[in-house]
Amino acid sequence: MPQSTGRASVAAAPAPPPEEIPVTLTVNGVERTLRVAPWTSLLDALRLHLDLTGTKKGCDHGQCGACTVLVDGRRINACLTLAVMQDGRAVTTIEGLARGETLHPLQEAFIEHDAFQCGYCTPGQICSAVGLLSEGKAKTADEIRELMSGNLCRCGAYPNIVAAIRQVMEADRG
Amino acid sequence: MRTFTYSRAGTLDEAVRSLTGNPGARPVAGGTNLLDLMKADAMRPAHLIDISRLPLDRIEDTADGGLRLGALARNADTAYDDRVQTRYPMLSKAILAGASAQLRNMATNGGNLLQRTRCYYFYDSGTACNKREPGSGCGAITGVNRIHAILGASEHCIATHPSDMCVALAALDATVQVLGPKGARAIPFAAFHRLPGDTPHLDTTLAADEIITAIDLPPQGFARHSTYLKVRERASYAFALVSVAAALEIEDGTIRAARLALGGVAHKPWRDGQAEAMLVGKPAQAESFSPAARAILRDAKGFEHNAFKIELAERAILRALAEAAGVEHP
Repeated sequence: MPQSTGRASVAAAPAPPPEEIPVTLTVNGVERTLRVAPWTSLLDALRLHLDLTGTKKGCDHGQCGACTVLVDGRRINACLTLAVMQDGRAVTTIEGLARGETLHPLQEAFIEHDAFQCGYCTPGQICSAVGLLSEGKAKTADEIRELMSGNLCRCGAYPNIVAAIRQVMEADRG
Repeated sequence: MRTFTYSRAGTLDEAVRSLTGNPGARPVAGGTNLLDLMKADAMRPAHLIDISRLPLDRIEDTADGGLRLGALARNADTAYDDRVQTRYPMLSKAILAGASAQLRNMATNGGNLLQRTRCYYFYDSGTACNKREPGSGCGAITGVNRIHAILGASEHCIATHPSDMCVALAALDATVQVLGPKGARAIPFAAFHRLPGDTPHLDTTLAADEIITAIDLPPQGFARHSTYLKVRERASYAFALVSVAAALEIEDGTIRAARLALGGVAHKPWRDGQAEAMLVGKPAQAESFSPAARAILRDAKGFEHNAFKIELAERAILRALAEAAGVEHP
């Protein structure tokens, strides 16, 4: 390959790896301090540093939604943000949704509606659905489908996923 | 991902200072496109300056009756803002047509303007791409070019700008407010993104040491007669093959002002003053729309896999204008 000449692709000169940076996150209600390299994604920090492997690495490019977590209550792709950028924030993962032995209503509904087959996308689907319900923009099945389109399911469990979310949405509405 | 160093800017001035004279540094806010490109090795900054906590996230009324969108306001917060939904519904619709709910929660308004093409060759560092490696050639012109440009392309680059939001901002005649080492300046939206020419590595006219601070919307939001229509490979969460922002001002059944911007067809949102002028003074009926639709596409040129976009764009324009006018689409 020719040497880069454009500013779009300025190559880093060989240098010792930068220092690790201390980061404090409140993960599922517990304050955790860790030291991460600048390029550590929030996803890798959760899985590799905190051993919270419920959050899945699917595409690692923000296309599949398997890594969806809630940061300060809002759903995001953990693969497309750096852990250092989330310093001081509260992160909720699939491990943080149940209360003791009591599952989150969405977890119950996913089981009841058989809303998964292999289960790999499920933590992301459920965290995304938690975000969707708190956003309160979806009122119909079509709107659920549209606002859940960032979560792919290769097993094709979509009808059951929508049914599960709809059940909880309607129960919330009372 | 290659290694890099990281710092967080405490103030906007500090962020500008850190960029000045430091070509390896890039600002990061939402990170949704930049980090993805860094994973693909298509962008290789040596240093990231985190500007995401600077107080540029507000949406405020302006003295002239317009609206100022903070550069760091999230796409989701912008799309769902009451003032945007009421006064600029075409913009809200365009933002919500893009990406996914998760990404819109992360992505900022300034970052949306600066997102880069999704051309497969730009992303694949094993192929030739004049945008990624100036002088290396263009893989797309003779390669797979289904998603590529039909207007304003050059022999060096046929990439398209991927944003939906920017198509609506172009139609609205927004203004981009930026700050650099020499101070602040305002860039008209039409002059913000550029055509590839023989320097396709430059997407915009923003200097490397400038930061977007806000996007200003003028008072005229075309709230009564406007729409954003996006045609894509699947129902949701895909980039546009063709998109249309259409806005009309209608008085007693006659078109008094018209805006038409196309997405997915060029290196920037595509507007054509001549085509828009052809709509003015015409009855707001389906029969009035064809000449303008043909005019905006008069220089369109297809490549091996994307020639279908020319007819697709014409039909999408007719449908969008009918929807904006509130008339039956034949």
